[in-house]
Parts: sequence; structure tokens; C-alpha cells
Amino acid sequence: MNLHEYQSKQLFAEYGIPVPKGVPASSAADAVAAMDELGGDLWVVKAQVHAGGRGKAGGVKLARSAEEVRQFAADMLGTMLVTHQSGPEGLPVNVVYVESGSDIERELYLSMLVDREVSKVSFIASAAGGMDIEQVAEDTPEQILTVAVSSDAGLQPYQARQLAFGLDLDKKQSRQFADLLQKLYRLYLECDASLVEINPLIVTAAGDVVALDGKINIDDNAIFRQARLEEMRDPSQEDEKERDAAAHDLNYVSLDGNIACMVNGAGLAMATMDLIKLHGGEPANFLDVGGGATSERVAAAFKLILSNDNVTAILVNIFGGIVRCDLIAEGIISAVKEVGVSVPVIARLEGTNVDKGRSLLAKSGLNIIAAEDLTDAAQKAVAASKR
Amino acid sequence: MSILVNQNSRIICQGITGNQGSFHTEQCIDYGTKVVAGVTPGRGGEEHLGVPVFDTMREAVGETDADVSMIYVPAPFAADAILEAADSGVDLIVCITEGIPVLDMVKVKSALKDYSCRLIGPNCPGVITPEECKIGIMPGFIHQKGRIGVVSRSGTLTYEAVYQTTQNGLGQSTCVGIGGDPVRGMSFIDCLALFEADPETDGVVMVGEIGGTDEEAAAEFIQSEVSKPVVAYIAGVTAPPGKRMGHAGAIVAGGKGTADDKFKALDAAGVATVRSPAELGSKMLELLPN
Repeated sequence: MNLHEYQSKQLFAEYGIPVPKGVPASSAADAVAAMDELGGDLWVVKAQVHAGGRGKAGGVKLARSAEEVRQFAADMLGTMLVTHQSGPEGLPVNVVYVESGSDIERELYLSMLVDREVSKVSFIASAAGGMDIEQVAEDTPEQILTVAVSSDAGLQPYQARQLAFGLDLDKKQSRQFADLLQKLYRLYLECDASLVEINPLIVTAAGDVVALDGKINIDDNAIFRQARLEEMRDPSQEDEKERDAAAHDLNYVSLDGNIACMVNGAGLAMATMDLIKLHGGEPANFLDVGGGATSERVAAAFKLILSNDNVTAILVNIFGGIVRCDLIAEGIISAVKEVGVSVPVIARLEGTNVDKGRSLLAKSGLNIIAAEDLTDAAQKAVAASKR
Repeated sequence: MSILVNQNSRIICQGITGNQGSFHTEQCIDYGTKVVAGVTPGRGGEEHLGVPVFDTMREAVGETDADVSMIYVPAPFAADAILEAADSGVDLIVCITEGIPVLDMVKVKSALKDYSCRLIGPNCPGVITPEECKIGIMPGFIHQKGRIGVVSRSGTLTYEAVYQTTQNGLGQSTCVGIGGDPVRGMSFIDCLALFEADPETDGVVMVGEIGGTDEEAAAEFIQSEVSKPVVAYIAGVTAPPGKRMGHAGAIVAGGKGTADDKFKALDAAGVATVRSPAELGSKMLELLPN
């Protein structure tokens, strides 16, 4: 689950991490009121969407008057912001964040995540802030500094020093930076974050270290114990189909192709997409129906798949282990009847009672093509999709 | 021989009285696995599926001399269950549970350094030595005792590899599902080292997927330490970057962990890679005539 910038900064502020003053607003009038509340003579109006690259996409504007604040807020609110991370349709701007302008001396980069290689929470820092960090890592890996934190000992002062010296901070800034790292570490653990990113972390003209941006992702597996954070969820920023799928215990990811897949198991689901591609087709989605593959779930899965107009064929690939193939076949048949599937369905079943399952499909009188094995299934699906 | 488990393994199921634990433990018992006890706090003294239930792991191990724990405890309590198992003195912990918070596993990994036991999973199908001992949720009947070691991050894709090597008569020595989470117990390298040392394993099928760099590390290890033929497949060539593909660990992040990179590393290490999961069995047979 992702948080908006303004929500992330609210958490930062709670943990004592310095952020510029700001107020979220959902109308142009609210934005002007927010500006009045903040005071000063320079403000930033920032579109709140779950995607990076907002600046280049026109989602971050400097305003020097109430008229400009009103204008920028009105221009952004109610539109879809398209950034290089948002997908081609963009994401809806329902909230703008009005923030006091900052006097920027230096832009740094700071993030936290679990480093899978060492199974530890790690900090990543760079003096090359405000840029695409993946590009920095690619072009100048020596500019990327990392420290991994022992979960027993916690973040040590030497680790903070290591990063501070690497970022060339002066004495006062190093002290502020070390303090900020400790607070972030506590936030990361207590909020079950999976990612915290501050890009940029700035040094102001007055020489203070401040989080100018903020991005926090929460571990979906830990939402059960983060009720307060779950209330911050903004469904408007999430893919509707993926959300529907989750409600039915299905794992779904939209893709650009035309051959839909319905598979049990995440690995086999990916492998099925790869097989379609290998045999000259394009997969329309990733879909894991899970171990159960009951007829309700299969019906929900068909509905989900068919809500994508590009789909011209459906490949069902089920390795029935503990679940019997005849039960799965019955599930497919009743779902195809119930949902009214109009495109060809290619079904590959393997496992317990496979012959019974295949004969049920063959006798159903429906547009279901039984496949012999994985390769046969992919070939038949690709052929059917082109008809 | 085999690796990790055999007909002498004595198993305790943690969470035996729950739905999942009950259902799958029964299947394991039917397969012939020696399940000697169950643990559910507060249910000590009862009997379930014909075995005694204990309140704590220490008590269960003390009474039954078990050496393996199989965990079906729900995700919020699973990390605690793993550490309780470690503290009870078992040699092997197999955690089937899916959805454990990543930071819980970070703590578990660190704490497990105090013990000599091994952890398989979490979020995995388990481990099986065909015709001897099945620990987990895999369908037993597709397996056949034989010469191939199977190690995989995915459940159903493991079954594909198993099914194919059963069909072509090679059979399996032991199959290990190491799980789809980003922070987990045994790695590909840990399993490859055991298979290399096991006289009954003649070749290894390795099934990886996008995310992390475990496969790249395995490629290096195979090049320098593994003499037996290895066939490898990586799922997720068509997975879009930044999207989690079902498994918590299956995500291409920051340009890292792509299937292409993993195939490249394995190819460079001389591993026999296949681009279709349908060829895992046939490729292995090709490398192992007779």
C-alpha cells in the first residue's frame, strides 16, 4: 500500500523529522486558504498522486501570489496526471499539497528498504539528489552509499557518520542528519514500511537538513496491524481491476496483450505468460487463482478477464494437485455458462482425475478447447487468438 | 540417501488443529510421513489426527524426540512459531505460511543465527523425499523416487518439474520449495550444495523467478562448486517492472532482478537453461543418458 506525499510528511512530522510546513487541499479555494494559513511569499502547489516524476509532468508549481496558487490548484485538481511512472492513462489528482517554499542549497537522496541479499533494513544515500536514482546507480554507482542495519543492534552512530561524511555534510548538518536517520529507522519499523524515499532531502540556505519530498510504502502483509495507516489508503490511485481481484483473493496484473491467462500458482502464472510470448502471442494479464480454484473464484476470474476488451482468447492452465481436475472442470464449465464467455477458452488441466476433467470439458458443448500439455496449450491459445 | 528429510524424519506440526494444518497434515500422514505430534497453544493434552497435541514446542520435542517442524500457523503468529521451533531444538523448520510481514522475517533471520537449525520457506510448498517423507502441501502422487534434485521458488511450477521428471522416468531424490518471499530461509545455494554432496542425486532442476539476485548468486556457485548437471528455468520474462507478480518477492525493482539478467548469469555459468518450462524434464534427460 502506498501513501501520498502529504500523508508521508504527516508521519515524518509525527516522528520529529523536519519537513516544510504544508496543508492538503481538495479545491482551489481550500488551496488559497491553505496558503493564507502558511503565510510567507513563496509556495509550492504539488499534485498528490501515487507516482514519481510529477515535476516534469507539470504536477509541481512554484507560486508567488494567491492568484497563482488558485490557478495552479484549479489546473491540477480533477485532471489525470501522466508521469513516466503513472501509466499512459495517468492518475487522478483529487488533492493538492500547498507547501511553504524552501530555499535550497543542496539536494541529496535518501531511502530505506529491506536489502534482500543481506535480509536487513538498509539506508541508501547519494549526493546526487533530485534525480532519477536508478539512473545515478547505473551511470555513477560510486555516488550511491549504503549501510545495512543489524536488527539486534539497531542503527549505529558510525553508520550515520559514514553516510554523513560520504554526503559531505558539515558538523551541524551531520548531527541533524544522524538524528533524522534514527527517527526514520524507528518510523520504518513501527509503520511496517517496505520503502521510505526522500528525494530530495535538502540542505537549506540556512544550513538545515529538511525532507522536501516523501514517499512511504507499507508492507501489504503487515496491514493487519497497521489499522491507522490503512485508513490513509486512497483507492482512486489503485488499479480498479487489481483491487477487484484482491477482493476475490485473486492476484491480477493487467498487461498489454490479447491472450488472457487464468492459472493456479504465481510461478506457473508467470511461466504461462512467458510461454504465450515464446509461441508468438502476447499475454493480456497475470492471474493467479490460488490453490483452491473453486467455481466461484473461477467465475470471478472470468469476469475480471473479460472486462478487458482486448482479450481474444483465454488460456486456463491448472495443475491440480490436491484439488481434483474434474472439480476444476466443473468450475470452468459453470463459470463459462454463468459469465457468458464469447471468446475461445483453451484449457490445460493436469493432475488428479485429469481424464475425467478433460472429458467433462469435451462434452460440455461449450467453446472450450482441451490442450494436451503446456506447449500444446500455448500454441492453441496463440492460434485461437488470431482467428 | 536424499537431502534434508527421509523415512526416519520425525515431524511435529505447529498449527495442527487449524483448517490448513489439519487438512495437509492428514495428507502427509496418508503419504507415510512420520508425524509424531502437533502443537497448538491451549490445546495440550488433546489428540488430533491420531497424534498427541502439546501446548509448547519444547514439550512436544521433549516427549516425542521429533527433529522437524512443519508450520501452518497464520501469518500474524508465524514468526513467533518459527522461533519457538528453533528454540525447541529441531534440526529443520518448514514454514508453509504465506503473508508473513517482511520485517518479522528480518528479525527471524537474525535470531536464527543463534541456532544450528535450517529453515525452509516461508510461503513455500515444503519439502519431499518421494516414497519416504512429504512435508508440505505438494500433491504426493506426482512424485517418484529417483535421481533428480528439484529446487524452486514457486509451488505449482515445482510440480511441473516434478511431473515431467516422473513422466520420463528420472524421478526425484528430494524436492525443495524454498518459497516466494523476499526474506526466506534456505537459498538456492544452500540446496545446491546439499544436492552436490548427495550420492543419490545425479542432476538438479532449478526453477527461479524474477526479483532479487539469488539466481545470480547460484549461477556463480554452480560454476565453481557443482559438478552435477543443472537445468534451470526462470519465470517472469514478460513481467512488467515494478509490479508484484503474486509472490511478495517476485518484483523487478530498480531495474534489478529481471529474468533476462538471471538467464544471462546462468548461461554464462554453463548451466543448461530452458526458455520453456515444458522442457525442464526433457533437457535433464538429454544431459543424463542411460
